[in-house]
Amino acid sequence: MDTRLRAILPDQQLLKFYEQMTLCREFEESCAEQYTKGHITGFLHLYSGQEAVAVGATAGLHPDDYILSAYREHPQAIVRGADPKVVMAELFGKATGLCKGKGGSMHLFEPELAFMGGYAIVGGQFPIAVGLAFASKYRREDRISVCFFGDGAVNQGNFHEGLNWARLWELPVLFICENNFYGIGTEVRRSSALADIHKRTCGYDIPSEKVDGMDVIAVYQAVKHAAEWVSGHGRPYLIEAVTYRFRGHSMSDPGRYRSPAEVELWKERDPIPNFARRLIDEGIATEDTLACMRAKAAVLVEEAVKFAEESPWPEDDEVCNDVYAPVGEEVCPWLK
Amino acid sequence: MPARNMVQALNLALREEMERDDRVVVLGEDVGKDGGVFRITDGLLERFGEERVMDTPLAESAIVGTAIGMSLYGLRPVAEIQFMGFIYPAFDQIFSHAARMRNRSRGRFSCPLVIRTPYGAGIKAPELHEESTEAFFCHMPGIKVVVPSGPSMAKGLLASAIRDPDPVVFLEPTRLYRLVKEEVPDGDYTIPIGQARVVREGSAITAIAWGSMLERTVRALEDFDAEIIDLLTLSPFDSETILRSVDKTGRVVIVHEAPRTCGFGAELAATIAEEAILSLRGPVLRVTGPDVPVPLAKLVDHYLPGAARIRAAVEELLRY
Ligand SMILES: Cc1ncc(C[n+]2csc(CCOP(=O)(O)OP(=O)(O)O)c2C)c(N)n1
Ligand SMILES: [Mg+2]
Repeated sequence: MDTRLRAILPDQQLLKFYEQMTLCREFEESCAEQYTKGHITGFLHLYSGQEAVAVGATAGLHPDDYILSAYREHPQAIVRGADPKVVMAELFGKATGLCKGKGGSMHLFEPELAFMGGYAIVGGQFPIAVGLAFASKYRREDRISVCFFGDGAVNQGNFHEGLNWARLWELPVLFICENNFYGIGTEVRRSSALADIHKRTCGYDIPSEKVDGMDVIAVYQAVKHAAEWVSGHGRPYLIEAVTYRFRGHSMSDPGRYRSPAEVELWKERDPIPNFARRLIDEGIATEDTLACMRAKAAVLVEEAVKFAEESPWPEDDEVCNDVYAPVGEEVCPWLK
Repeated sequence: MPARNMVQALNLALREEMERDDRVVVLGEDVGKDGGVFRITDGLLERFGEERVMDTPLAESAIVGTAIGMSLYGLRPVAEIQFMGFIYPAFDQIFSHAARMRNRSRGRFSCPLVIRTPYGAGIKAPELHEESTEAFFCHMPGIKVVVPSGPSMAKGLLASAIRDPDPVVFLEPTRLYRLVKEEVPDGDYTIPIGQARVVREGSAITAIAWGSMLERTVRALEDFDAEIIDLLTLSPFDSETILRSVDKTGRVVIVHEAPRTCGFGAELAATIAEEAILSLRGPVLRVTGPDVPVPLAKLVDHYLPGAARIRAAVEELLRY
């Protein structure tokens, strides 16, 4: 099999992968700075190190497919098409934010992008993804539900209930586990009786595979193939993407549970420079093109921060809105 | 006596109770190797080993369920739920099992476990990370609900909770964890569950609060002749102390950060109406959060009862 990048995707798409991964990294690193400055409050879970998963996976999906994720989800929303400015404003809690500045970092929602939520409650998204898949099937729509989650989430009852249900009712759900080896400070091997997460689907008769989550192309190929399978067979599938988070669990994590040497080892597998090397080696990009893309990403993120800083706070009364539907409002107005 | 913050006080209580009684074990997500996300269990693994300080899978229902099993067989588990907002997967185990083991077995089993969890606003994260749903647990016959308001209260109440023969939901106000230091006694020191504390005597009005709202209420009412009660135990609550105060003042304001509807203030107000209506000179007023999920960042200040709202309620009452 030809494993050269050009044999897999056109140059433009390959460069877009680089561009998106760079934007994600810039965005997250800038969030860290804004948190330190006190502009972002509460919890902030950064995605640095895992970019190949969000970028590769999103590219392998149809834009209509539902995406659900956990709380480490800014890049997933951005890669799906959310404006970094509006995401940053949300993290700041500003009125211009994706969710009016009321949900923050862990609860990004954009129904128009079929981005059906960040979920701060670990495992909450599993059955919800199943229900969305049921609704698609019921409406005879050709869209699948894609449910991202971490290695920690697989011990929550919802994981098992969701998997069983999706298989039993033959629903099109693609489960994507981002196995970064830790749930906060607890290593997979200390929390899971079977640490090979993809093998856990055998109890539900769901096919699964493991993929290198530090390789954007590998993720893209696996997800594209799996999404087509799910859609074609109308049944669930699970991908375990093996990856690593370079930063702490959240900004308030001193990281005592892993050694700096381990982190350094994984940084050698950083998905962004490694992909850059391949692009250059195969003559798809020059160092200059890539530097230019990095600069562009930095500008976008700078603009996002500026936008967030300059945006107004929500009005106090905003607190009381959106708890119940306004009288007479149509249900799910985003559904055409 | 050394000055300690609430984190240190809780850590000390756990340490001492574990030393005192080898039936006491600690379990929860990241409580061992990581010392707990708020560091309440810091150093316990090193001191007591993996058999007594257990990192669990991310599975709240099983954390509480397993603790129930342990307690039925004579252990005294102290389970940590990382945030009150994550307790709901375990709601079933708490309500359907822990709460009623004693009753269900007609007194032959007891379930001496403690579920500790940080709760309430304080870190400016939205919704489930900031909310206070103590009333859910007060609505469970068989469960005791305790809320300390400062470091020494925290230590004495946690020791009592661990020694208590029944299941206790122990709510630790996140905002208070590192807010103040005060003298916290070493050694055998307990505060009885079920007793409120009169923090300040006064005669014009009774203000009732708990957890992080206590400090707010005390500060808001510095210039008023208010008697301030720190409830400490919500279930079973100390109606005697409240009624004694109401008899004296005839006016009551209740402050809590939880939403108003069916908040614990409603229960207090109903009890006061039933037991002390003739002492009242005006309505029992509640200063509470609105009936909405807690929002992010700046809006949380608007959500929470602040000094101005507390004072306004008191001023209104004083007109009666
Ligand atoms: C029900 C529930 N329990 C506990 C938590 C606290 N918590 C937040 S993230 C996390 C670890 C999750 O790990 P994993 O699923 O591997 O995702 P990662 O953080 O590695 O992306 C925990 C325990 C929570 N948010 N929800
Ligand atoms: Mg993880």
